[in-house]
Amino acid sequence: MTIIEGKTGPWEMVIGLEVHAQVTAVSKLFSGAATTFGAEPNSQVSLVDAAMPGMLPVLNEMAVKQAVKTGLGLNARINLFSEFERKNYFYADLPQGYQISQFLYPIVGEGTIILDLADGETRDVGIERLHLEQDAGKSLHDQHPSMTYIDLNRSGVTLMEIVTKPDMRSAEEAGACLRKLRSILRYLGTCDGNMDEGSMRCDVNLSMRRPGEPYGTRTETKNVNSIRFVQQSIELEARRQVAVLEEGGTIAQETRLFDAGKGTSRSMRSKEEAHDYRYFPDPDLLPLVLDEAWVESLKKELPELPDQKMIRFISDFGLPVYDAGVLVADQETAAFYETVARGRDPKLTANWVIGDYFGAMNKSGANLGNAPVDAARLGALIDLIADDTISGRTAKEVFEEMWETGKDAAAIVEEKGLKQITDTGALETIIDQLIADNAGQVELYKGGNVKLIGWFVGQVMKATQGTANPGMVNKLLKTKLD
Amino acid sequence: MSKLTHLTMTEARDGLAKGEFSARELVQAHVEAVEACRSLNAFITETPEQALDGADASDARRRKGEAGALEGIPLAIKDLFCTFDVLTTAGSHILDGFKPQYESTVSANLWSAGAVMLGKTNLDEFAMGSSNMTSFYGGVENPWRRTGSNEPLVPGGSSGGSAAAVAARCAMGATGTDTGGSIRQPAAFCGIVGLKPTYGRCSRWGTVAFASSLDQAGPMTRSVRDAAIMLGGMAGHDAKDSTSVNTPVPDYEAAMTGDIRGLKVGIPKEYRIDGMPAEIDGVWQQGIDWLKAAGAEIVDISLPHTRYALPTYYIIAPAEASSNLARYDGVRYGLRVPGDSLDDMYEATRGEGFGAEVKRRILIGTYVLSAGYYDAYYNKARRIRTLIANDFKAAYEKVDVILTPTAPSAAFGMGDKMDDPVAMYLNDVFTVPASLAGLPGISLPAGLSGEGLPLGLQLLGQPFEEGKLLQVAEVLETAAEFKALPQIIS
Repeated sequence: MTIIEGKTGPWEMVIGLEVHAQVTAVSKLFSGAATTFGAEPNSQVSLVDAAMPGMLPVLNEMAVKQAVKTGLGLNARINLFSEFERKNYFYADLPQGYQISQFLYPIVGEGTIILDLADGETRDVGIERLHLEQDAGKSLHDQHPSMTYIDLNRSGVTLMEIVTKPDMRSAEEAGACLRKLRSILRYLGTCDGNMDEGSMRCDVNLSMRRPGEPYGTRTETKNVNSIRFVQQSIELEARRQVAVLEEGGTIAQETRLFDAGKGTSRSMRSKEEAHDYRYFPDPDLLPLVLDEAWVESLKKELPELPDQKMIRFISDFGLPVYDAGVLVADQETAAFYETVARGRDPKLTANWVIGDYFGAMNKSGANLGNAPVDAARLGALIDLIADDTISGRTAKEVFEEMWETGKDAAAIVEEKGLKQITDTGALETIIDQLIADNAGQVELYKGGNVKLIGWFVGQVMKATQGTANPGMVNKLLKTKLD
Repeated sequence: MSKLTHLTMTEARDGLAKGEFSARELVQAHVEAVEACRSLNAFITETPEQALDGADASDARRRKGEAGALEGIPLAIKDLFCTFDVLTTAGSHILDGFKPQYESTVSANLWSAGAVMLGKTNLDEFAMGSSNMTSFYGGVENPWRRTGSNEPLVPGGSSGGSAAAVAARCAMGATGTDTGGSIRQPAAFCGIVGLKPTYGRCSRWGTVAFASSLDQAGPMTRSVRDAAIMLGGMAGHDAKDSTSVNTPVPDYEAAMTGDIRGLKVGIPKEYRIDGMPAEIDGVWQQGIDWLKAAGAEIVDISLPHTRYALPTYYIIAPAEASSNLARYDGVRYGLRVPGDSLDDMYEATRGEGFGAEVKRRILIGTYVLSAGYYDAYYNKARRIRTLIANDFKAAYEKVDVILTPTAPSAAFGMGDKMDDPVAMYLNDVFTVPASLAGLPGISLPAGLSGEGLPLGLQLLGQPFEEGKLLQVAEVLETAAEFKALPQIIS
């Protein structure tokens, strides 16, 4: 919880999110047209999407399946009866003059999403509902000096509107909620979660109150298209509302538009200007009635979701909460980790995956699909550490080389002669020589300055170009010096 | 006037099959009849070339032994059905120049059964009307005149052009659509047979929508058997219409046994309305007597919520229409009247594109769906609709079919009732209840009024029992011996 200290006392944020998630499906909610991102304008438009006279919607079963899976993934109630209604308003990129949506009877009811916060704590955020609806087309205002162009590719694409309860109390929590939601959607394969392509969009509802007091009047900030902007817009709106309230003003219930470029927001329409959408059940569609057994079968098909995976990583691998959280956020990363960790030290593997491997990926902009070092190669490198062929320090150098050249760890170790010296005889010779050449240091050590052992180890490592096994060197030195 | 145009569809089918004449000859005769009857204004678009090409193709199919159930039969199509590359107007200015690049399922079904299109018939704008007077393309004249009078009369509506074309022997049959009586009432006014099937029997795909939960396509013909043949060609499940019902299409002709002994016919007391003309009551009694004579059992029944049907209909239908017609916005097709802003363009386009009756219904529909009025109007209407459907369900526990008059009057003069929408809406008082309940109904000519105008009787049936309706209707048809011809061709 973030408390904002105002001039007149503390204020608390109350935040709820409305997320529009584009359903991953080959065709639209009520037509067979394709949904590929970035296609030529108006190349993915069926007669239904263009609202030609006499055209009728036919529900896409895939969209229903995706919504139910998402509901199950959010631990939500699946409504076996739901209904599509028409939300009526005029706009040039809304060909039917209404959006087919769900209003009184959404397909998914209340659920929960668990936030993993930075301090290792968790927090439950309630899901109010999830419903299916059509997306609108796109108005292009920059193609002609006085005309607007319309692209209907997006018209009719399936959206899930996911509404949370006003359970968040800070911008960080809102960010964590979006990240967690995106993670769940991606695990389920029901939405790709790409906010930069608009396949996940967010409206933020925010009000301020004195801690412990009832909710204040909220504003809705529309279409904030990245997690960073969501957090920025929350900070901005919270400050604006506190300023208004502290000057004795009241918050107008309104819809606001966030300008990410300028870092400002402005009022889009007030409550009085709000549309009367005249919702009514769409007579072209029958109520959607689901079979309980079908829902159960989908439940059985669900993949292991981030929360369950995290618990398993902690209990099976003995990983710290932080490591487990980082590894499960993304399904591919988790799978990658599990592949590498198979038969290896889980903590050592986690350190390597989260540390050097992620570091190299971030630095080079690669991803798991195209990274020059795959799971098998990373595993082989970890094996060389485990069987004392190379030291951890050497392994870091080897890894860098692997990343650059794509070669196997063993080949690099061989090529560069990085194999640890584990031959006691060879080490003893070096150590004996060292003791003979440095009588003064030996004297000091024997006189009680035992910290000098580090200097001796360093000298041996230097002499062996780092290929000596540090543990063995330590042991040999001690026997000879003590 | 060629004799070929006076054949029923059944007779033409048999004549074509025996090779007595070709589809080309049959269609040619009808193309000429369409031309000869232009004064009626029954057609918005004539498609003679397409008709004759279609006839030749039909003859070729027949030679190859591939004749369909409606092979070579010339039909008129209500201009509410989208027809590929042929102007489709819905009787509205707002669809100016609209040539669909698709074919409605119903018309496509007819073409694949071998039928041939003569043209697109006039209708009330967006099927909203009971007189055909609301068409942007002008009213249609009923081929019938009162005895000794030259006053032009309306053909009824909204399928007025279709009814007039069939009555005037321009087409052997025509498609209609019925939302609250738009097939049955014009059929009654023009002395022909009109059948509204069960909601869901014929696909709505490709038919311009008026009120989606009520709209249903059906045949308009000159005999009950023709209606059976044509319905067989139109009906069927369509995956593209979610409200289309997946139940097999029976052989409707086979249902017409001529024997209705023991069948129970309900007579609803609520249909005896105040101020109903005596001759309407008379024709109804006549129908009862005919059925009794044929061995049917007459049962008095009650449909207690009947009087709420008309107001309920005039809430639900406009509500759906107000939303269905939102797509006519000048953006993608049809009329666009430019404006300084998007809103200006909408206002100019819709202001000019829609006629007064359509605007009235959009306003009513918008009002009844508005916040604060929704429960009082739309929601209450939906509940009453259920009560009305329950009335019928209860009645069908006791009877097989229900007999009523089709309309409370014969055809009226062109221009009459135009200043009184409520008087106009009363035309549908007997047809609307079955529409709300989604039930099938058929109107057939039962006799002439004192002024020499056709009067219709309506039979209502149980869901998907069109066969039984046709069976009873044929018995009435035989008894009625309706042979009178409209003045325009007699």
